[in-house]
Amino acid sequence: MSSDRERFEDFDLGSHVGEDQVVGEGPAGERPPTLRSELRGYLIGLALAVLLTAASFWALDEHLIYGPGIVMALIVFGLAQVGVHLVFFLHLTTSPDNTNNALALAFGVLIVSLIFLGSIWVMYHMNQNMVPTRALLQMRGG
Amino acid sequence: MSAPSTALRTGRDPYHMGHGPAADVPEYTGHGAGGPSPKRIVVGYGFWIFILSDVILFSCFFATYTVLIDARAGGPGPQQLFDLHNTAIETACLLLSSFTCGMTSLAVARHNLLWTEITLAVTGLLGLTFIGLEVHEFLGLMAQGAGPTRSAFLTSFFALVGCHGVHVTCGLLWLGTMMAQFPAKGFKESILHRYLCFSLFWHALDIIWIGIFTVVYLIGTITP
Repeated sequence: MSSDRERFEDFDLGSHVGEDQVVGEGPAGERPPTLRSELRGYLIGLALAVLLTAASFWALDEHLIYGPGIVMALIVFGLAQVGVHLVFFLHLTTSPDNTNNALALAFGVLIVSLIFLGSIWVMYHMNQNMVPTRALLQMRGG
Repeated sequence: MSAPSTALRTGRDPYHMGHGPAADVPEYTGHGAGGPSPKRIVVGYGFWIFILSDVILFSCFFATYTVLIDARAGGPGPQQLFDLHNTAIETACLLLSSFTCGMTSLAVARHNLLWTEITLAVTGLLGLTFIGLEVHEFLGLMAQGAGPTRSAFLTSFFALVGCHGVHVTCGLLWLGTMMAQFPAKGFKESILHRYLCFSLFWHALDIIWIGIFTVVYLIGTITP
């Protein structure tokens, strides 16, 4: 009982300890993070993002990566960079105070992949099963 | 002891997802059991939901582009149209502006008006450069007869990249508003909430752009 009371009193002191974390803000700690440590996080994120972007553009050069694998390499680099941005710029983590944000993101990813991959899948098969336009015109003409 | 906290204290840990209770985080975070969340958290979470819905909107445009990339009606394709040097500069602008937006967040958290304004101005200039390059690219395409009415491929291209450009333009208007409001109203709570949403919006635009330069420009150029 008393420990509960003490915990609730912590909230009133203006400390963010124990609150859910806001996306885009750093984790709520007892001590505010130093400018240097936060700056280091952003710089690491920037360096990783620059590396991945450069890798994407260089991957187009066919001598670097086996030709048919380029598309897959680009997708991997792109997804990795999205991850870098989420972690270092939006400060998304898997800690308990981030559960709501992470779950919302997971649902968004589910819907996006359903829409994107689903469209490609369905339309690819439709194109395969369609009569080609030229053949269709010939059938009408004949 | 109240019933909910006993239930949460049993150590079954339903939503901690294997992390276990952290030393400095009470067990009831994320369960709504510590009383209503402060406004800052509600605002941030609500805007995060909006961002995700916006990403879903973009995913429809991405799907359209990918499906229609070969529907060129005899017109030019990505290989003839896209200038990857231009794309690389646009990418650099937006990535750097995302970084300087992070710098603004650091300045805002410390209520430092000078650095807030400086970093916001740099972010805005990088965003303006991006928009300028994009408009230049669009006008160039239309001048060579490759406007949005030329083929289904070009319609989907202009819809996707143009929609992102409109978002960036709105973001720039918002950025200008923030630059005016910080000196005029100070670092009060409502302005801080507004800035939090703006930074989320700006970072999200850069994440969308990663998808655009990967799918539209790079993958689009290698597919024959």
